[in-house]
Amino acid sequence: MEEQNRAQEIALSPQDFAICGEEAGGADLLARKPVTYWQDAWRRFFANKLAVCALVLLCVIALATIFAPLLSGQSPTARNLLERKQWPSARHLFGTDELGRDLFVRVWTGGRVSIAIGIGGAAIVAVVGCLYGGLAAYFGGKVDMLMMRIVEVLSSVPHLLVVIMMSVVLESSSIPTLLFAMTVTGWCPIARLVRSQMLQISRSEYVTAAKIMGVSPLKIVMRHMIPNTISVIIVAITFRIPGFIFGEAFLSYVGLGVQPPNTSWGALASAAQNSLLYQPYMMFFPALLIALTMLSFTLMGDGLRDALDPKLRR
Amino acid sequence: MASQSQSLLQVRDLNVSFQTYAGQVKAVRGVSFDVGVQETLAIVGESGCGKTVTSKAVMRLLDRSGGKIKEGSQILFQGQDLLALRKKELNQIRGNKISMIFQDSMTSLNPTMTVGKQIMENILTHKKIPKAEARQWAKELLELVEIPNPEMRLKQYPHQLSGGMRQRVMIAIALALTPALLIADEPTTALDVTIQAQLMDLLASLKERFHMSVILVTHDLGIVADFADKVQVMYAGTIVERGSVEEIFDNPRHPYTWALLSSIPGRAQASKSKLYSLQGAPPDLLLDLQQCPFAPRCRYCMPVCKKAIPSQTQLSESHAAACWLLHPMAPAVQAPAGIGGTAHA
Amino acid sequence: MREALFEVKNLKRYFPAKNGKSVKAVDDVTFDIFKGETFSLVGESGCGKTTCGRTLLGVYPKTDGSILYEGRELGKLPKAEAKRFKRRNQMIFQDPYSCLDPRMTIGAIIQEGMNVHFKRSSEERNQQVTQLLYKVGLTADFASRFPHELSGGQRQRIGIARALAMEPDFIVCDEPIAALDVSIQAQVVNLMIDLQQEMGLTYLFISHDLSMVRHISDRVGVMYLGALAELADASLIYEKPLHPYTKALFSAIPDASRRGGSKNRMRLQGEIPSPMDPPPGCKFSPRCPYAQEICRQQTPALRELEPRHFAACHLAEQLA
Repeated sequence: MEEQNRAQEIALSPQDFAICGEEAGGADLLARKPVTYWQDAWRRFFANKLAVCALVLLCVIALATIFAPLLSGQSPTARNLLERKQWPSARHLFGTDELGRDLFVRVWTGGRVSIAIGIGGAAIVAVVGCLYGGLAAYFGGKVDMLMMRIVEVLSSVPHLLVVIMMSVVLESSSIPTLLFAMTVTGWCPIARLVRSQMLQISRSEYVTAAKIMGVSPLKIVMRHMIPNTISVIIVAITFRIPGFIFGEAFLSYVGLGVQPPNTSWGALASAAQNSLLYQPYMMFFPALLIALTMLSFTLMGDGLRDALDPKLRR
Repeated sequence: MASQSQSLLQVRDLNVSFQTYAGQVKAVRGVSFDVGVQETLAIVGESGCGKTVTSKAVMRLLDRSGGKIKEGSQILFQGQDLLALRKKELNQIRGNKISMIFQDSMTSLNPTMTVGKQIMENILTHKKIPKAEARQWAKELLELVEIPNPEMRLKQYPHQLSGGMRQRVMIAIALALTPALLIADEPTTALDVTIQAQLMDLLASLKERFHMSVILVTHDLGIVADFADKVQVMYAGTIVERGSVEEIFDNPRHPYTWALLSSIPGRAQASKSKLYSLQGAPPDLLLDLQQCPFAPRCRYCMPVCKKAIPSQTQLSESHAAACWLLHPMAPAVQAPAGIGGTAHA
Repeated sequence: MREALFEVKNLKRYFPAKNGKSVKAVDDVTFDIFKGETFSLVGESGCGKTTCGRTLLGVYPKTDGSILYEGRELGKLPKAEAKRFKRRNQMIFQDPYSCLDPRMTIGAIIQEGMNVHFKRSSEERNQQVTQLLYKVGLTADFASRFPHELSGGQRQRIGIARALAMEPDFIVCDEPIAALDVSIQAQVVNLMIDLQQEMGLTYLFISHDLSMVRHISDRVGVMYLGALAELADASLIYEKPLHPYTKALFSAIPDASRRGGSKNRMRLQGEIPSPMDPPPGCKFSPRCPYAQEICRQQTPALRELEPRHFAACHLAEQLA
């Protein structure tokens, strides 16, 4: 037998060669710390720098919409005809509009409406979509087929057309009406998503195991179906919010949305278009905030999706 | 080594690691081996032991999955260092002189291209010949891998073929340019036994016919016994034992090899008797092990095993094992019943 | 004499498929499962062995035929009996990753079925979980972990613990080791054998791993395209297979102890036909090297050719 460059730097004694056998259970210990699903998801979300930046930016925007109007001490509706169409300055950070109202305050007050519509719309859509999709998946068979055909018919009508028609028909431009117009068909994609996710889970082996053990259908829904669908819904909601913000901005821009003296980012941008050539700053700030908010929600949604997808964890 | 002049592929001190959030996963830890001309080397081990990573490193297919081959590693193919090659030079070797077949034929074939196109694509990237000629070539290849009705199959898409057929198409693509080295990564794992038997027979006959060398990556010792010339057993990114097929099966010397061989119930074993089994699971590859990686699960573990990594002990020209039991000071140990040979100094 | 736990007679289970056809996953299968034994169903993918096991537990309704459980028709059990059936008959799954809910702790997973059938205080339940974890070779602290923290072998143990929590008599083991590494396979099989001896369990072991089946089984049924080709005691069927398909199947397994023996093996040509339209007569006839006219016309019945050794082949006597 040949010897080949053994690790000779350590001194070996006969005691080193007494057989002591395998360790009981010791080999089974995991090197990684145990973490729960949500801990793991958070960790991966925070590892995604872009998503964290987006989250921070959203927090800043949200705080600003709440506090900036209060702190500046100006009223969003107070007109000052002496200070019309002023460019941004120390006194008016974002300038003033043609009626001499301070745009800084108006932009942040408008932001309240925009963000509220975004979050509110997404929440309504999520609730309706979950209920509808969940029921379709639960009953299955003919009920499921009928419910899904209805969804298909509703989704085949162009979304914006429905929204415009609803706004015109309802003849009121209050925020609840706007929300209604935008969510009346907006829940369809969520319903589909929830249904397919539920069906997938109902075919999984842990649900089969629960059925074999005689666990009641209600408990299966509560314990397996809903918890495993939640992450998918969270991601979907995050992606829907910018859609609603944009929808509101669009409606306000074409004059069907929020009416003065109340305002929103879309309404501000709409008002600014007449003087775009001479006072571009009027358009710039609301447009910038719409873009930043939408981008942030999308980036955060991306981060959440990656963080919550069990397939991507390791 | 005497076979030096004959070796087609020489891998020296291969280290591969993957960067993850928890740290560096050292998947392959200083692996060296040779593949001779017309030789079949089987790499066996359990999942996560580094066998697939090793074979992919030879093809340099790790860049996209984040795997890094460390400095100091060397992969010589026909005397050429593959790690020093530029992309263009590498592409001339990949798919031409070295080809690979994978376990999952459904994801390895392009679902939107006909079988014929996929075979021709490989031929046309390496050979400047008219299309009609390549098509004829593709047809002959399908005949070669014993696919009935090749003319029709050329026009079909992967999903129209059964799993066994798809695996045959993969072999056809891999063999299109008669490579010198074929890497087969679990080629039959997803298939049923009767289909697996057909395919392994086919691979064996093609290997003879084209004088190929083969690296067979598998966890199935039965296939290894049937097909391989040389075997190397991997555990936690290292080679724990290597040798000719006879040496590994008739005279294994590493306790992990014993465990692998005897955890499959043999004919002689009484029904429902205890199988020789290992406790626990392989070590986490994040750890920087300063001991024998197998020590915590080893029935013959000694204090020394926890102090230092055992080096390879050469037992014959081809047979070597990395185990402290082979040290002159170690006690003689009998391999478990049903396995030939004893391990002692 | 041996007492039958399940008597399966002419069981059929068809799945509806496109264009009005149906997939005949299980097509006229008859067998018994005796108390305390391990009965194995082996065969290649798509042969109907998994469907067979799941139909037995009522996961899928049967299309035709009868399943007697302790002498009584399964579909007609009174309500209380049906509930008891759900407790006493459990399943272990193939995929240790998808059979545990990723959002539940191990403790909650093991308790889930227990809570349906036993009235226990939460303290008793936790105690029970700890005991079960020890029984499958794990420690109490696993109860607060989540499935993704565990290795494949550990997950499979949890799957076993979950089944044991119901204090069952009968467990369908659906390819329980197929997804595990060899050294882990041995751990799980050892555990299963121990538990059987300790608790007097009856197993239906579904597998394509023929060497493990030989090790663990008392009796073996070989399935091909939804039908039983051969059925016998494990020792008989491995020593002297009578059906040509069984012979081919056994000789296709690469065996580490029979090196270089590949030359004189029986090799099958072609692939398994679709269970949507199986060939007429004997289903194996298109691939059978011995097939004759009668094989293509008449479906062979499962006959007792030797004591306790059944095969469905017209030519079994001639080939023997």
